[in-house]
Amino acid sequence: MDSVYKEECQVIVVGAGHAGCEAALASARLGLKTIMFTVSIDSIALMPCNPNIGGTSKGHLVREIDALGGEMGRNIDKTFIQSKMLNLSKGPAVHSLRAQADKAEYSRSMRRTLENTDHLSIVQAEVTEILVENDQIFGVKTYSGAIYYGRAVVLCTGTYLRARCIYGEVSNATGPNGLQAANYLTDSLKALGIEMYRFKTGTPARIDKRSIDFTRMEEQVGDERIVPFSFTTDPEEVQRDQVSCWLTYTNEKTHEIIRNNLDRSPLYSGMIEGTGPRYCPSIEDKVVKFADKNRHQVFIEPEGLYTNEMYVGGMSSSLPEDVQHEMYSSVAGLEHVRIVRNAYAIEYDCIDPRQLFPTLEFRKISGLFSGGQFNGSSGYEEAAAQGLLAGINAARKVLGRKLITLDRSQAYLGVLIDDLVTKENREPYRMMTSRAEYRLLLRQDNADLRLTKIGYEIGLISEERYQTLLKKERQIEEEIRRVEHVNIGTSEKVQTLLKEAGSTPLTSGSTLGELIRRPELNYDLLAPLDPDRPSDFFRGVTEQVNINIKYDGYIKRQKKQVEQFKKLEKKQIPESFSYEEVPSLRIEARQKLEKYRPVSIGQASRISGVSPADISVLVVYMEQLKRSK
Amino acid sequence: MNQDTIVAAASAMSSAGIGIIRISGENAFSILERIFQFKNERKKVFDQPSYTIHYGNIYDGEELLDEVIVLLMKGPHSYTMEDTVEIDCHGGILLMRRILETVIREGARPAEPGEFTKRAFLNGRIDLSQAEAVMDVIQAGNRMALESSLSQLKGSVANRIRGFREKILYETAFLESALDDPEHISLEGYGDRLSEILRKLNLRMEALIDSFENGRIIKEGIKTVILGKPNAGKSSLLNVLLGEERAIVTEIAGTTRDILEEELYLNGISLRLLDTAGIRKTEDLVEQIGVGRAKEQAEQADLILYVVDTSCELDESDVEICKILEKKKAIIVLNKSDLQIVVTEDQIREKIGSQHPVISISAKQKEGIQYLEDTIRDLFFKGKLSFNDEFVLTNIRHKTALEDAKKSLEMVLDSILNGMPEDFYTIDLMDAYHSLGTILGEDMGEDLIQEIFSKFCTGK
Repeated sequence: MDSVYKEECQVIVVGAGHAGCEAALASARLGLKTIMFTVSIDSIALMPCNPNIGGTSKGHLVREIDALGGEMGRNIDKTFIQSKMLNLSKGPAVHSLRAQADKAEYSRSMRRTLENTDHLSIVQAEVTEILVENDQIFGVKTYSGAIYYGRAVVLCTGTYLRARCIYGEVSNATGPNGLQAANYLTDSLKALGIEMYRFKTGTPARIDKRSIDFTRMEEQVGDERIVPFSFTTDPEEVQRDQVSCWLTYTNEKTHEIIRNNLDRSPLYSGMIEGTGPRYCPSIEDKVVKFADKNRHQVFIEPEGLYTNEMYVGGMSSSLPEDVQHEMYSSVAGLEHVRIVRNAYAIEYDCIDPRQLFPTLEFRKISGLFSGGQFNGSSGYEEAAAQGLLAGINAARKVLGRKLITLDRSQAYLGVLIDDLVTKENREPYRMMTSRAEYRLLLRQDNADLRLTKIGYEIGLISEERYQTLLKKERQIEEEIRRVEHVNIGTSEKVQTLLKEAGSTPLTSGSTLGELIRRPELNYDLLAPLDPDRPSDFFRGVTEQVNINIKYDGYIKRQKKQVEQFKKLEKKQIPESFSYEEVPSLRIEARQKLEKYRPVSIGQASRISGVSPADISVLVVYMEQLKRSK
Repeated sequence: MNQDTIVAAASAMSSAGIGIIRISGENAFSILERIFQFKNERKKVFDQPSYTIHYGNIYDGEELLDEVIVLLMKGPHSYTMEDTVEIDCHGGILLMRRILETVIREGARPAEPGEFTKRAFLNGRIDLSQAEAVMDVIQAGNRMALESSLSQLKGSVANRIRGFREKILYETAFLESALDDPEHISLEGYGDRLSEILRKLNLRMEALIDSFENGRIIKEGIKTVILGKPNAGKSSLLNVLLGEERAIVTEIAGTTRDILEEELYLNGISLRLLDTAGIRKTEDLVEQIGVGRAKEQAEQADLILYVVDTSCELDESDVEICKILEKKKAIIVLNKSDLQIVVTEDQIREKIGSQHPVISISAKQKEGIQYLEDTIRDLFFKGKLSFNDEFVLTNIRHKTALEDAKKSLEMVLDSILNGMPEDFYTIDLMDAYHSLGTILGEDMGEDLIQEIFSKFCTGK
């Protein structure tokens, strides 16, 4: 068998979706010879479902990726066709940026970046086997039998493993968009003792713009002033023409059509075995589960500037083709709809991510990492975030450096990974702001302040960007201190301004800080009363000053909780720890701990079935171990 | 030593002798400073050397609670190696409870079971060889606390707390759904609606907190189980003890249909009297269950009244009962002294030894009842009978948790009033949810996410 092709590199990335792209870029940018495999080079950074990036909590992830030196934020800034900051009427913790992408441009632009990155090459081939010796990865084999040697491998296979697309009685053994599925890798993984799950997700139809009656829909326009995702994008560069989305509704007739055909849905007939996401239900699920609702929202969103295809948000389905036609055309404005691609459900293999360390490396196989939907998550942003970390750690593994982890108090990325590797998760996992217990600290506006330093230490952030960050940090600190000490008297000017802003007049002097804390006032509004205010701030400084002063009580509270949290997180459990030897642990706790092997007492405390008393016992036992050394 | 400050009773909670309350942690001294008045009014806690004893009064605000002696130990020269205060007060459950509550209000929290020992170990006071014992104390203590926590709460109270929790979770999930999916769910006018809901909820919680004060919540008292073979006269004894001339306070519907539970006050001592199914070997499945439950109750009893029918021979069921009695406080009640006696005190003694008092009565003729009551009272006042130590503390933990929950909801109301954005509400809502959960021994886990998915239609 010496006649097969062989090649040596350092890091191998399997898959070129959103996780694969970030992983490959991170590894190559850190100077490692990296090869990225894809079953189709035309499907790089493909968006097979919704045509947007960001949204609640996902927007946070994109900002974090950017602050760590990832690509997603920059790429969407180059290719968006509409942008909106969601939740602006609510607190800063839930403000979320979302942009409609031109899908083709997004994909092309990412490909251009990849192709022009040093140390990175792209190979179109299906990886069928991963090569392991003594629990250590050493390469992969492709369908043709070619062998690629590498000391770290990152699996980002998305929804392609043994993929099956289903609608009605039709079942195609393909990946999304009819792309070739990867049918062999699962067996290789199973042979290595890796536990697999089978998940399901779905996508709605794409329809022809010319067949839509927009007069029967509400127009949804983008923001007047666009905020970019990336901290490195000049805001002036992204003020461009935008296209609209459209809102319409299902109705009783739609629901009746669905109910009448439920017996033909593969979901209800049992043809689909995978577990679907509850947060992203198909329209038939919504109609059954929320039977009291007489209508559901439907968003019609463009797929790009150079295509007539429109995405029918809110109506994913796996009903048969004929029912889909009937169902979609019952919606106001879609009476004459032409379906370009019909809706379908997709089933695929993924892993139980509790087999991973929080570094995204497999516990059992040294040097094997994974990210994205393969880890049981869903969404482009969740995938990209994991891909970035997996890629960074794969590179660090090869370089012999300490692997990176982020905890729940540092980033949504930390919450995402901790949830995946710690908690039982039986459906595709989606990020939500309610999953982040310290969300007031993990805002999208301060992602750079939280993570740029880490990105710099990793080596993905330039010296210049880092220095700017340090200066920004200093400006924020100084300005907060200054504002807290600016005295405001009860002059005519002050009282007039307060009255105009709908605020009660002052009875005695106050500080600027105190006034900013009033809900109806803010830092910018009070500028006329603050003649000494500096004007040479970096972008985002005044926003930080305002938020930090305004919500300082809550922020302090959360910081205190974080301190408590960190105490348990810092108590590391050695890898070789034997729970069998700990007396007094309850059996259930002992079994769970033995199986999932948490890295810290903190992580142990989040495993279901482990009680606070078990944690106390563990703490005492570890102290005993420490002292008897 | 940046540990929070904990408090617990260090002595048994009985009405006998003195009671000891122990406070440990960095605020132990400052808490004492606020509630303790030296006899010499110029003295200050912080000026006193370690290992000194002081005489004075404990106050709850303006109200004098008790005349006490306090012992000061500065860390690391104490059991836990933290600043520690011991308050020696006059015994009595009510008094000790008042003092504990005052200390908690001033910033301590009720200690977890085994927590003093745990701290002593972690801070290096306890020898390595004791580690296993420490772990056992923690695990066993927690198991007991959880059991007693649930068994002490009347079913109706637990259900009310569950009801509060469901309401809070539902509202939080609604809020979160709207924050997660602003284009599908609107929060227009929601603040006002939530205010209304929370104000009502707070009134109901307040009523529950009040009823803690007058003891209507907790099955309080010495758990006294009447045990014996069928037809030994257990129910007659129960009836005669609860006779019309005595005050029957409340009747608690048993959680099991075979066990009847009554409350009884004997000159200031409160008993929870449980009548059980007769112990015997039986093929009848339903009766077997009853027998099993009777034994379970006996295991947890503070006191067992073993009723023996002296007109019948002893048999293997009596042997079985005697086995249960070995490790418990018990009084042997020889009933049916009005009938032909075939079992004598000596025969019983042979089986069970001399550790338990034996009293002869006739429930039917109401003879010997006064003597039985006196015997129970003596056991209590001589300190041989006491509550489970966890008991009072569990009770206080519950009340503290309810009060915390109420405070959290008040903070939500403040946030609404002050025009804070909606996402801030959920911080305190989930705090309240968590506090209430500690009463039921339930943690939050993935409750919120589950609720969002099951109740609200979100997503693409």
